[in-house]
Amino acid sequence: MSEKAFQRIYTKLTAITKATVTLEAQGVMNDELAIVAGRLAQVVKIKDKAVTLQVFGGTEDIPTNAEVTFFGEPPSLNVSDDLAGRFFNAYGEPIDGGPAVEGEKRQIGGPSVNPYKRRMPSELIPTGIAGIDLNNTLVTGQKIPFFADPDQPYNKVMSMVALRADVDKIILGGMGLSNDDYLFFKHEFESAGALHKIISFVNTTDQPPVERLLIPDMALTAAEYFAVDKNEKVLVLLTDMTLYADALSIVSNRMDQIPSKDSMPGSLYSDLAKIYEKAVQLPSGGSITIIAVTTLNDGDITHAIPDNTGYITEGQLFLRADADSGKVIVDPFRSLSRLKQHVQNKKTREDHSAVMNASVRLYADASNAKTKLENGFDLSDYDLRCLDYAKEYATRLLAIDVNIPITEMLDTAWELFGKYFTKAETGLKEKLIEKYWKEK
Amino acid sequence: MTTGKVTGIIANLVTVEVYGPVAQNEICLIDLQGVKLMAEVIKVNGNKASVQVYESTRGLTIGCPVEFQGYMLEATLGPGLLSSNYDGLQNNLATMEDVFLKRGEYTKPLDENKIWDFTPIAKAGDQVVAADWLGEVKEGWLPHKIMVPFSFEGTYTVKKVAEAGRYKINDTIAVLTNADGEDVNVTMVQKWPVKVAIGGYVEKPRPFKVMETGVRTIDTLNPIAEGGTGFIPGPFGCGKTVLQHALAEQADAEIIIMAACGERANEVVEIFTEFPELKDKHTGRSLMERTIIICNTSNMPVAAREASVYTAMTLGEYYRAMGMKVLLLADSTSRWAQALREMSNRLEELPGQDGFPVDLSAIISSFYARAGYVKLNNGQSGSITFIGTVSPAGGNLKEPVTESTKKAARCFYGLSQNRADKKRYPAVDPVDSYSKYLEYPEIIDYLDDKIEKGWVDKVTKTKYIIRKGKDAYEQINILGDDGVPVSYHEQYWKSELVDFVILQQDAFDEIDSSTPLERQKFMLDLIIEICDRSFKFDNFEECTTYFKGLINICRQMNYSEYKSEQFEKYFGQLKEELKHE
Repeated sequence: MSEKAFQRIYTKLTAITKATVTLEAQGVMNDELAIVAGRLAQVVKIKDKAVTLQVFGGTEDIPTNAEVTFFGEPPSLNVSDDLAGRFFNAYGEPIDGGPAVEGEKRQIGGPSVNPYKRRMPSELIPTGIAGIDLNNTLVTGQKIPFFADPDQPYNKVMSMVALRADVDKIILGGMGLSNDDYLFFKHEFESAGALHKIISFVNTTDQPPVERLLIPDMALTAAEYFAVDKNEKVLVLLTDMTLYADALSIVSNRMDQIPSKDSMPGSLYSDLAKIYEKAVQLPSGGSITIIAVTTLNDGDITHAIPDNTGYITEGQLFLRADADSGKVIVDPFRSLSRLKQHVQNKKTREDHSAVMNASVRLYADASNAKTKLENGFDLSDYDLRCLDYAKEYATRLLAIDVNIPITEMLDTAWELFGKYFTKAETGLKEKLIEKYWKEK
Repeated sequence: MTTGKVTGIIANLVTVEVYGPVAQNEICLIDLQGVKLMAEVIKVNGNKASVQVYESTRGLTIGCPVEFQGYMLEATLGPGLLSSNYDGLQNNLATMEDVFLKRGEYTKPLDENKIWDFTPIAKAGDQVVAADWLGEVKEGWLPHKIMVPFSFEGTYTVKKVAEAGRYKINDTIAVLTNADGEDVNVTMVQKWPVKVAIGGYVEKPRPFKVMETGVRTIDTLNPIAEGGTGFIPGPFGCGKTVLQHALAEQADAEIIIMAACGERANEVVEIFTEFPELKDKHTGRSLMERTIIICNTSNMPVAAREASVYTAMTLGEYYRAMGMKVLLLADSTSRWAQALREMSNRLEELPGQDGFPVDLSAIISSFYARAGYVKLNNGQSGSITFIGTVSPAGGNLKEPVTESTKKAARCFYGLSQNRADKKRYPAVDPVDSYSKYLEYPEIIDYLDDKIEKGWVDKVTKTKYIIRKGKDAYEQINILGDDGVPVSYHEQYWKSELVDFVILQQDAFDEIDSSTPLERQKFMLDLIIEICDRSFKFDNFEECTTYFKGLINICRQMNYSEYKSEQFEKYFGQLKEELKHE
């Protein structure tokens, strides 16, 4: 972001809040960028001559006579193949010591794809994790968040998923990442030897929160370059969207907007949708898939952030610590991939959806048996078998450290059915049982 | 034409200084270096008008010129609407060239070069008023009436109607003479402001017919009337969309209009991809031929979201005036309400509950009121049945949009998280949901006549079985399987029988997905007959096993073609089971 010659400079602020400054200026465009006392800012409101700017770096120690220079354009990113393998901050400036990226300058937060030009997502993304591939299969062009409590290893799972997924580019948008997590991602990507296909935009916790607002748009502008211009399969990782939403509420609060539920801005749904809806399967074959993280407060999904997210995304993946197996599992009850039916049995083996349903139903029976046990009622033989099955099912299939191909997941499930249940108890179709049943 | 210039910008709310008269809801175009951004006046104060812009306002500056158009947001009405895919402002999405939506790009809703086979209905000398039929063209297989424009006031005399033949929509197909003796040309296309209800009918009687949907939990338990209103609130992941699609595919309507309002783009793509492939169960033709999609997905400009539901309703009213049975589905009306909230917030209006505008309830009511069954001038009838979905925040139904809609809609199909978690689909809660139409004497008479005398009593009885079962289930849960008399288990399992056989329905199964009324009656009679029996079980396990067996057979019946050999085989098995009770 360099300054150009003959830019008008103003030096008289009329109002300062914790996130915004206001001054009198002329010929200013909505959304354009400016530098306020050396910090990047963006126009968010114009009323006659009064222009209000949101200062990304915070307004601490900005004086009323601070120098304000307008850029005459909204935030942008230089896009080219040179983006690959690089690390940037929220403004798109390199933080890896490398040179600035040369390329075509593109405005971030651009227009949406015409829904009529989209294609139906229909390509499987295998991850090796059975809790995902078997029960909640991911599809290119899908947008799906992990709902996880802050103490769960969501960043680890996400980097695992990303590195195993068969995609051309991985773009990380890190918002409020702790420095440790940032270094973790960097290390994981480097040691996997995948750095050449990864682009990272990172805002860490020691940087101002409002800066985060730029991260998703930066990441998605880069993603659109590779997906639209280069017809590549792009996977975008956004972590943590809860911190992004928090930054939104800070700005709206400073602008005296009336908050809606959970002190979030009334436009939260639209703000989040604008990001998530960038996920797309393009007619040319390129695609953008978004996997995000939304951290929860003690599993509460009725909070405005996860609630609005759930209405926007195509399902959610719940991480939960399982007491029986002692492992972190992908919860089969609360997780959902809305697009799974587009690939199950079509891109995978014919018994996929049937096996998935049967195994989850039996797992539900086990959880009923557990409730019975806790309430001090007697357990039947079937209940006991369910409990044993649940433990093995959680360890061998639901746990996030599993890494096997889908066919092997299906075979494992059949093995468990044969070990603990009769054919009738599984409720599976006769035809499938004939073909796949395994006696213990 | 009044002009003005931009004096303020906050997101998509723009303040304009106006030099001349300006009307509330008038459309204006803001000129941003040659790109025209469409906007609507939503407030006027002195010489300042607040306008909501239907596009991104990025790059807009103070002083940009504005031209006021002198009309409100209008829909273009004429042959060629069916099977179109529009955005909220009725731009044709299919004729846009770019992959990305371009700001300021507006496409024509109708193909002006398409040739239509016109047949006259009116003849010279006829006295006509607005909405009277002058002629018709075949739109696909549906007769599309060309009407006296809705905006015409008073009585006109037909001077001339075009001969049967091939015409384009802008060709004159009739000349009418007004009371002052002036001649007016009428073409096949007319415009109408979307926020104003189309009149042109004699009366709007109370709905008296039931609209068959093939969804048992609706038709049997809480039927919706033709020309009626209903809404489906539910948390995410409870199957709102699947249920809406089922209604669109199966309902006994001639025209389907789907307004995807602020929802996922991939869901709309699913409709785009699947509807042309799906066969209409009533005519065997492609479903898309009688469908119009209005789509403003969640990432498209917020202000156009509000417009999208009004555009959809206006198109519905247009087809209703032709004597058609229209089903209008809007998914989701909460997104529309949120768009209103965003705007009210930027206007710095005093907020109502949860930050929504205080007149939210009135806006929703007057929108639902546009649906209905009408008697047309020529004695024929038409209807709009409207079903909206609501996405309550956190799944909590005590929020303004749900509460306001409850006052406006006559049917309530509440989706229950609990049922969805148990994979009991459709997840419509049988206890909380209701249809006010079951209290209408007209509807009771209609059902007496259409199905059988005393049908509504049977429905009431079924609901009673479900409620009793729920009570028994709670007792069993508290006291344990052995802690209650076996009769409690019997009561509970009878309600489970109703649940599994009548309420649950597999939307993805070719046969089970749609159940005709006759078949619904057969199954309900069968289930009630079983529930009327009293069984003598020695213990609860015997009861459980017995009913599980019955449920399994009945479900196999649901999956078999009605009265087929297979169906009769299972029916025989069931009778056999029932012998040793």
